[in-house]
Amino acid sequence: MPWIPKTERGKMTNLFTAQNLCVDFTSRGEKIEAVKNLNFCLEHNQSLGIVGESGSGKSQTVLSIMGLLESNGKATGSVVFDNKEILGLEKKELNKIRGRKIGMVFQDPMSSLNPYISIGAQMSGVLLNHTSLNKAEIKEACIEMLNAVKIPNPKQRFDGYSFELSGGMRQRVMIASALLTKPKLLIADEPTTALDVTVQEQILDLVLEMKERFSMSVILITHDLGVVARSCERVLVLKDGLEQETGELSQIFYNPRAAYTKELLLKSKEIGADRKQSETKKNNSVTTKIKNLTVCFPIPKQTFFAKQEQLVAVDDVSLDVYEGEILGVVGESGSGKSTLAKNILRLVRPTKGEIELFGEQLSLLDKKQMKKARKKMQVVFQDPLSSLNPRMTVFETLSEPLNSFYPGMNRDSIEKDVQAAIIEVGLGDELLGRYPHELSGGQCQRVAIARALMPKPQLLICDEAVSALDASIRSEIIELLLGIKQKRKLTMVFIAHDLAVVKKICDRVIVMKKGKVVESGDTKDVFYSPKEAYTKKLLDSVPVPDPDLEHEKYKKRRLANQAKKNL
Amino acid sequence: MKKQSSLLLDAWGALKQNKAALFSFATMLTMIFLVIFGPMLSPFMIDQTDWYQLSARPSLASGHIFGTDDLGRDLFVRVMHGGRISLMVGLVATLVSVLIGVSYGAISGYVGGKVDAVMMRVVDVLYAMPFLFFVILLMVFFGRSILLIFIAIGAVNWLDIARIVRGQTLNLKGKEFVDAARAGGVSTTKIVYKHIVPNLLGLVVVYVALTVPQVILVESFLSFLGLGVQEPLTSWGALVNQGAKQMETSPWMLIFPGMFLATTLFCFNFIGDGLRDALDPKDRTRQND
Repeated sequence: MPWIPKTERGKMTNLFTAQNLCVDFTSRGEKIEAVKNLNFCLEHNQSLGIVGESGSGKSQTVLSIMGLLESNGKATGSVVFDNKEILGLEKKELNKIRGRKIGMVFQDPMSSLNPYISIGAQMSGVLLNHTSLNKAEIKEACIEMLNAVKIPNPKQRFDGYSFELSGGMRQRVMIASALLTKPKLLIADEPTTALDVTVQEQILDLVLEMKERFSMSVILITHDLGVVARSCERVLVLKDGLEQETGELSQIFYNPRAAYTKELLLKSKEIGADRKQSETKKNNSVTTKIKNLTVCFPIPKQTFFAKQEQLVAVDDVSLDVYEGEILGVVGESGSGKSTLAKNILRLVRPTKGEIELFGEQLSLLDKKQMKKARKKMQVVFQDPLSSLNPRMTVFETLSEPLNSFYPGMNRDSIEKDVQAAIIEVGLGDELLGRYPHELSGGQCQRVAIARALMPKPQLLICDEAVSALDASIRSEIIELLLGIKQKRKLTMVFIAHDLAVVKKICDRVIVMKKGKVVESGDTKDVFYSPKEAYTKKLLDSVPVPDPDLEHEKYKKRRLANQAKKNL
Repeated sequence: MKKQSSLLLDAWGALKQNKAALFSFATMLTMIFLVIFGPMLSPFMIDQTDWYQLSARPSLASGHIFGTDDLGRDLFVRVMHGGRISLMVGLVATLVSVLIGVSYGAISGYVGGKVDAVMMRVVDVLYAMPFLFFVILLMVFFGRSILLIFIAIGAVNWLDIARIVRGQTLNLKGKEFVDAARAGGVSTTKIVYKHIVPNLLGLVVVYVALTVPQVILVESFLSFLGLGVQEPLTSWGALVNQGAKQMETSPWMLIFPGMFLATTLFCFNFIGDGLRDALDPKDRTRQND
């Protein structure tokens, strides 16, 4: 029985009702059911969170509502919006609704804005199509809206281009253009997944504020229960296209009925748990010593005779990595964490400073010695798909390090090693003949880990190795990494922007901001008694799957903002 | 354990399932076979004039199965001989320019920095040379020969490929699998040829499929200006050119060489399409999984 709300007047005033919504895809003669018999509705002024892992059909649900399914997809059932059936409408009719009464914000603000068209032109497109305003009025409306989403200097930005803006600012522009027509419903598909936690906090607050200001409803799609706890009133939990549970926020979080919801909650809390116990002893030997490392990149010159300017990516960083420990490196994007990793791997050369690996100064090594040193340190990257060569089979990918580090190794022992490696990371050897695109994200990441382990390294650098994965796969991969670390007695440098993961697995943490180390110390000390204001802010902005806590935090932020304004 | 596969083996497997590409491939092989051995089957020579059969219609009785041209020369033999030149120019010049262009572009893009700047300026300088002027200069210095046409066309064509490949390489260079290979101790040469070039193949193959026909046409243009092959030798481009002049009186002079030329171009397009799909693991429909 679908949940149907009643208002005080006893009349149904749902803005939006989906009944028996199904989405099917036909691919190579096979029928795939992405969404199965979904029933949900939304009142005016309400926010609904749709939660699920990737592949749960949450995105397909909203795409079918917007009539944006791929050509091989088909939606059946009924979707009533504003007392009108909108499923299966003609494109012309649909265009009167989408963009005008329903606004949408997508995940990746980098790719949803056209870099060749000015921000103003992109925003005005919506108004040109849906209203009869003249140019001056449109410009005024756009600037007003940019102001509403708190973009500084909206007048200049109107004529600017998207590449001049940061990710968070772009997402604000996206929200502004979705709100231009004052829609009754705003659909946000993972609007903050690609953003840093501190920016995520601002964007979510903005969405809530806009919801109140323009009295609209919001559908927020996310995989992050913390985000839901922060910004939704009702929750719909999806798995494999099936509704698992739907209910009020507090009921879902404090009194979940479905087994899957309980599992999700448990997992998200588990990731945020503390490190069980620290195994490193302080007197362990130092594997990697970084002294006063500075890395600069030249910024492309605007004119030929302009002075060459430098971007300082890593600024005078010194740190030690002890044998057998897991060192967490956290910070927002652009804080220089990845550059630091690339320096240790010597994929990038430092401008100043020195890195010492197992007692060898990297800058003094020649090519041959460097190759030997590389054997001792390996890396796992963030994006599992782009870190594997799409034209190489798993076997070729895994045997490559063997061929380069042990030239002359015979075919049989290579095959044996590769087979052992793929089993060690929990995959079957039938995958060896496959190409990366035939594997899931989690499988790809396991292959990447296996490749890193091939030369038997002592130091493993994980550069956001689990950031692109779903919650349940993420915990599997973390378990795998920890298991391998135990078994092989590895030292790990774990770079992440996800503080919860770092809190769970790292012995020590360093916090980076704009290339500098802001704070460093044992994980517990840093997380429970941070000394620096920046660390506090970073920790505070992580959404926790606990609605009450989140509401309190939200209230506090509003009060703080109010106080700032009054000043 | 599954049978080991590699990109080329898998590509061949996929290509075998592409009917159009396979048929085109077979057609091309037949055509190459025919232009090599065809003239031997005919009793006529390329420069032999049949005084009683000037501009004769195709007929089995006279032995001129494609007819003759206005000088009474057997058109079948001439089309076969022309095919030798045209296919050779098309294939050899393209192959050479692809080999040079891909290597040059991939190295320039991958190594980057000053090397890239110097290598690309060299390309710019060569680009700036007018093509015809370049050909005439070559003719003046070395005398007229077919080899010079190969060199001239090859020398110009690789510039395009090098540029396109360099752009793509810059894009691929930022991918994490390249960083992973570097961390895995793989040498620069190996990275270029094992990681960069295979990912460029799709693009290069399409470009080749477009280049072969283009090169054949360029050759006919040179011949038309008197810079290419000279009588009594001929090429498809030259034959089509002559045929077009006599289209109203003796249409067979245009139809036969035109047919061969068009078939070749079609075949190359299908082969190119097929190869691109076959070389891209993502586009491949795998039957044996």
